[in-house]
Amino acid sequence: MAKLRVTLDLEIPSDVHEIERVVELVQKECRQLKIEPEKCSLNVPVALTEALSNAILRGNGDDASKHVRVRASVNKAGDMLVVDVTDEGPGFDLPSSTRNCTTAENVLREDGRGLFLMQCLVHRVEQFADGGNTVRLTVQRG
Amino acid sequence: MSFTIRKQGEIVVVDVEGQLIVGNRQELKQKVLDELEKGEKRFLIDFTQTGYIDSSGLGVLVSLSKKIREQGGELRLANLNDDLKTLFELTKLDTLFQISDSRERALESF
Repeated sequence: MAKLRVTLDLEIPSDVHEIERVVELVQKECRQLKIEPEKCSLNVPVALTEALSNAILRGNGDDASKHVRVRASVNKAGDMLVVDVTDEGPGFDLPSSTRNCTTAENVLREDGRGLFLMQCLVHRVEQFADGGNTVRLTVQRG
Repeated sequence: MSFTIRKQGEIVVVDVEGQLIVGNRQELKQKVLDELEKGEKRFLIDFTQTGYIDSSGLGVLVSLSKKIREQGGELRLANLNDDLKTLFELTKLDTLFQISDSRERALESF
C-alpha cells in the first residue's frame, strides 16, 4: 500500500442518524480528488453507508455508548481514496458473510444486500483488526 | 429528509425527499403500511428527489412490495435517476418492480 495522507479523521457515536453527515464529508473528499461523478454520487455514498450501518448496528450492536471511527486518506498521486471504518466489535469474516443477492432464491429477500453492494461499488473492500474491527474501502479514479 | 403522501385518484403517491437509508427507512415503511391498513391498494413511490438508496432502503421496498401484493395491491416506482437505475440493475431488483420514467406514465400504468 502506497503512503497515504489522512484528510479526514473523526469519531461518531453509534447512531444511524450520523451516517448522512459523514457520507457528505467523504463525498466532498471524492469531488476534490476529481473522482468520477458517478462514483461520488453513488458508489462511495452507498458503499460507505453500508460500512457505517454495519459498524453501528452489527459491530457495535446499536449500543449508543460505543463509537465508530472514520478515517479517509488519499495517496500521493491523489487518485486513490481509502476510507477506514472502525467499530468496537469482534469483527467478521468478509468472504463468508457476503451473499450474492441476485440469485433467484435471494433476490426476493429483504436483507443481505449490504456487503454485496459494497463489493460491487468500490475498487476493493478489506476487513482487518486494527485496535478494533476495520472495514477498508478503496476507491480509485479511472 | 421527509416523505410526503398524497392521493391521486385511487393511487397513493409517496414522494421521497432525500436519501432512503437505514436512518429513515422505517418511517417510509410505517407510512405506507398505515395507508395499506386503511384499505389503499395502489401505491406509487416517486424518487425524483432521491440521490441514493442503501441496502436497508432496498429491503424496505421489497418488504412493502410483498405486503401490498399479499393484500391484492400493487407497488410501482417512478423517476429513478441513473444512479438508482444502476443500483436496481446491480441487485436485479429492476426485475421485481415496475419502474416508470415519469410520474404521469406510472399513474397511467395502473
